[in-house]
Amino acid sequence: MSNQETLLASDLPLSEPQREILRALVGSIIPASKDYDTPGANDPLIFKDILVTVHPDADIVASGLEDINQQSMRNHNGVGFADLIASDQRVMVEKLSQALNPFLRTLVRIIAQCYYRDDRVMKALGMELRPPFPEGFTVEEGDWTLLEPVRRRGKLYREVDV
Amino acid sequence: MAESNDPVDVLIIGAGASGAALAWTLAETRMRIVCLEQGDWLNPAEYPSASKDWESRQYSDFSISPNQRKRVTDYPVNDQDSPIAVANFNGVGGSTILYAGHYPRFHPSDFRVKTLDGVADDWPLGYNDLEPYYAENDKMMGVSGLAGDPAYPPKPAVMPPLPLGKSGQVLGKGFNAMGWHWWPSDSAIASAAYDGRDKCANLGACTIGCAQGAKASSDITYWPHAIRAGVEVWTRCRVREITVNENDMASGVTYYDGDGNERFQAAEVVVLACNGVGTPRILLNSVSQRFPNGLANRNGLVGKNLMFHPYAAIHGVFDKPLDGYMGPGNCIWSQQFYETDRSRDFVRGFTYEITRGRGPVATAVTGMLSGRIPWGEGHHEKYRELFNRITGMVAICEDLPELHNTVTLDPKLTDSDGIPAPKISYKLSDNSRRMLDYAIDRGTEILEAAGATDVLTQAPIGVGGWHLMGTARMGTDPEKSVVNEWGRSHDVRNLFIVDGSIFVTSAGVNPTRTIQALSLYIGDTIKKRLTTLFD
Repeated sequence: MSNQETLLASDLPLSEPQREILRALVGSIIPASKDYDTPGANDPLIFKDILVTVHPDADIVASGLEDINQQSMRNHNGVGFADLIASDQRVMVEKLSQALNPFLRTLVRIIAQCYYRDDRVMKALGMELRPPFPEGFTVEEGDWTLLEPVRRRGKLYREVDV
Repeated sequence: MAESNDPVDVLIIGAGASGAALAWTLAETRMRIVCLEQGDWLNPAEYPSASKDWESRQYSDFSISPNQRKRVTDYPVNDQDSPIAVANFNGVGGSTILYAGHYPRFHPSDFRVKTLDGVADDWPLGYNDLEPYYAENDKMMGVSGLAGDPAYPPKPAVMPPLPLGKSGQVLGKGFNAMGWHWWPSDSAIASAAYDGRDKCANLGACTIGCAQGAKASSDITYWPHAIRAGVEVWTRCRVREITVNENDMASGVTYYDGDGNERFQAAEVVVLACNGVGTPRILLNSVSQRFPNGLANRNGLVGKNLMFHPYAAIHGVFDKPLDGYMGPGNCIWSQQFYETDRSRDFVRGFTYEITRGRGPVATAVTGMLSGRIPWGEGHHEKYRELFNRITGMVAICEDLPELHNTVTLDPKLTDSDGIPAPKISYKLSDNSRRMLDYAIDRGTEILEAAGATDVLTQAPIGVGGWHLMGTARMGTDPEKSVVNEWGRSHDVRNLFIVDGSIFVTSAGVNPTRTIQALSLYIGDTIKKRLTTLFD
């Protein structure tokens, strides 16, 4: 059973306001796409997964979200990040992407691992919705005649009499 | 404290690559051999590749970092004073559970770096001494490869090479365009059914445990044979210290069982097989009146000369689909820049290990952190330009021994049993820095020759402390080494070390094959000297 299905109220690692900032932030970082028929990272199922996955890093995430909110309030007349209009959120996210800190590195890793295991996203990428094992995959053998130039050049190692 | 003063003949600490090999080779002596392992047996059915979220578990319970993994069977490592963080795994099989199985031998020149290049020290043995043990180990582990590599003296291949695939062909053409060496990597991955293991099914998840059982982790290679021959493996046994008697001989070990109970086990011979961080940790924690600075440490060298392999990552983006997440990570290697070339601004050299491709999560993480995949608008379009279209290499750079690179005991940090955690202090040398730069430049040329439209680089790889060597080095001089030329402590005549900590130099290749060959060599020497072992 995936994290998308198992979230309980007691699992919630962040306060409600922090969750709203996080929801807005992840939706701005990976928005939904009509062109590719994919949800955004703020999709309810994916966001549930993110909330569960945040757990071991809840402290750094909570602190980072508070910083972003403070930044938003300073620059937008007291308006918090979750309440910014979409274009202002986008501008802020663009700036964040150019000033990575440990919080943002952690957040990117969490968003990526939750987003890119969602069945809808995987299907849109053309991936089979199954684990690698036991079926595995096919990898072509390749053209071993490519080694001929290497063979022709001869020995490369140093001889040592030991 | 529960005590067993009924000594076992041989007590091995650590059930990883070297402990397994030693246990197996000693089993024929019919001695009572017990291996204490702090971790568990792993169940391959529970490996990440058996579940759909396989890739994301490399960031949690199958992380290479013990500090991120945080299993109850792990111990923390303080690596804040190092640009390279320790990677390992604790369990039966040790770090072979998570290694790639990229499996080169050392070269003859690697054992003579002082004589040939005027740096570091020569080993007290040579390639020819180890060659029979390399061959024996190759059969036990099952090595895929292609005979005839011009970068090595002749060596047989146990199984055919792993497939080139799309990625290998693209990069092979790149190397050919530059006129440089490449060859199918020797891999500890079965390309055919072997010794009860099925052949590789191209799961693409070698470094988070092979559910197929094709990758030769020592829990499924050496250990079944050793256990059938009578060796015992006791799991969830975490050794705190090795005890000694008034004759400067090891008397046994004090350890904690899975419930945290302190226990003692007496032994006639004690063998450390915990690799370059775990072994000095136990030695330094084995303080007694006779060894106030730690066991086998009268010359102060235990924990010093720590060597990683500084890694550079060089990957290219191509305009056509490659192997991506499919296939074993291993593919080909290049040793064009392996041997010292005086025209360069560094000594020694490196191996290029081609890493076939990356999965969907790794593509996103590296793309978003490197600025290649934008945050917000354009994410999906750019992601698709990278997904399954990245391949490249890592450069495994030889690290030279330096006294100031150390493993010590952290004064505050402990594991769950209260045993002091290891503290790493490591500085990247100027020689390594120049070698990394050179490797990136040449790697970029290869990728561009192969048709890459963009090149992503990183050096050193911060999480890349996979190879842990040199902290209890071997040698003939008791003033300059911790163990002698067959792995026996100079100070404690019934104490042996068989892991990467005894390496004199690191070479520029993955070390596991040499660690295991050395372990077999030491085991064979023990067997030949049984009646005079402590003389």
